[in-house]
Amino acid sequence: MPSLKDLRNRIKSVQSTRKITSAMKMVAAAKLRRAQEQAEAARPYAERMERVLASVAGRLKGSSDAPRLVTGTGKDDIHLVIVATADRGLCGGFNANIVKAARNHIRKLLADGKTVKILCVGRKGRDSLRREFRDKIIDLVSFAGQKRLTFADARGISLRVTEMFEAGEFDIATIFYARFRSAMAQIPTAQQLIPVALPEEAAQDEKAGPQALYEFEPDEESILEALLPQNLAIQIYKTLLENAAGEQGARMSAMDSATRNAGDMINKLSQTYNRQRQANITKELIEIISGAEAL
Amino acid sequence: MAETTNFELVSPEKLLVSQPVEMVVVPGTEGYFGVLPRHAPFISTLIPGVIQIYEGGQIKERIFVAGGFAEVTEDRCTVLADEAVPLDEIDRAEVEQRIKTQKEDLADAKSDAEKAALQARLDVSNAMIRALDTGH
Repeated sequence: MPSLKDLRNRIKSVQSTRKITSAMKMVAAAKLRRAQEQAEAARPYAERMERVLASVAGRLKGSSDAPRLVTGTGKDDIHLVIVATADRGLCGGFNANIVKAARNHIRKLLADGKTVKILCVGRKGRDSLRREFRDKIIDLVSFAGQKRLTFADARGISLRVTEMFEAGEFDIATIFYARFRSAMAQIPTAQQLIPVALPEEAAQDEKAGPQALYEFEPDEESILEALLPQNLAIQIYKTLLENAAGEQGARMSAMDSATRNAGDMINKLSQTYNRQRQANITKELIEIISGAEAL
Repeated sequence: MAETTNFELVSPEKLLVSQPVEMVVVPGTEGYFGVLPRHAPFISTLIPGVIQIYEGGQIKERIFVAGGFAEVTEDRCTVLADEAVPLDEIDRAEVEQRIKTQKEDLADAKSDAEKAALQARLDVSNAMIRALDTGH
C-alpha cells in the first residue's frame, strides 16, 4: 500500500501532465484552424488548374507525342515512394498509419522484384522506415521549425522529383499521405504522381460550351510542358497541406483523450488517497479506544 | 454599367481577385493581350509582367505576376499565377537588394540547370523593377 505522501505526489504529477496535454490540445486546435484555412485557400487554384489541364489534355489524348510525364517511361521497374508524414510525434496514430500503408506497399513492390527508392518528407516517417529500409531512403525533406508551409516548399520537392524523372532514376512515383476528412479522421492514402493521371475532360458542363474550341498560345505542347510540372507541384502542395491539417487534427484528438485519461486517473487516485486517509484515522481511533479499555 | 467579364486571379496560396471587370490586360508569352467580354476561348502562358484591370476606361488596379497561365472564355478570364503581388505593395529597395544577391548567385552558379533557374528568378525581379518604372 503506497503511503499518503506517495499518493499526494502521484496526484500532483498527473495534474501537471493534464495541464500540459490540455495546453497542447489548445495549441493544436488553433494550428488546425490555421492549417484548414490554408488548405481552403489553395483549393481554387487546384480546381482551376484541373479545368485548364483537362481542356488541354483533351486535345492531346491519343497523340503519341504527349510529354513523358503523362505517358511515363513505359516501364515499371523502379518505384519512387514519397512518404509524407509529420515532423513531430504525439499525434496519435497519424504517423504510424501513413508509415504502415507505405511499408505494406514497399514490401509488396520488393516481393515483386522491383527496385524501390524512398523520399521522406517529414522526420517521423524516416525514423520509422529507417529500421527496415535504411539503404533505400534517398533523402529527407523536413519543414521542422517552419511556421507555415509555402508553395515554394512544395515546388522544391516537385522540381527534385521531375529532375530525377528526367534523369531516368525512376519510372513511377507514388506519394503516401493522410487525406484529411475531419479533425478526427485522417485516411492514409496513396496517390500516383508520375505518370500523371489526367483528369477526364469535364463532361460538357453547363455553359462552358464545347471545350475543344480553345485557341492556344504559343501551342498545346508548350503549354502542357509548362502546366504539368506546375500541376505536380500543386498536387504535392495539396497533399502537404492536408497532412499539416491532419497532423494537427490527430494531435488535437490525441491530446483530448490524454487530458480525459489524466482526469480519470486523478479521480481514481484521489479516491484511493481519501480512503487511505480515512483508514489511517480509523486505525488510530481503534488504537486509542482499545488502549483506554485496557486500563 | 458596361458589359463585364468575370475576372479571377488565383495563386497557389490564395484567391486574390474574383470580380466582374470591363477589361483586363494580361502579359501573355506572345505579347500583352486585352480581354473584353465575349473574347474567343483561349489559353496562354504568361511572362512576368503586370495585369491591368480597367474600369470606365481607366486602369483601376495593377497587379504584378511572376508567370503562370491564363484561361479565357466568352464570359470569364482566369489567371493562374505562380506568384502575384499588387504593384503598390512592392518594395523597390527590397527588390533591388534581391537583384544584387541574385546576380552574385548567378555568377557562382555551376551547372546549366542551376544557371537557368537563377536566371529565371533574376528575370522576375528585373520585370518587377520595370513594372515599377513604367507601370507595365
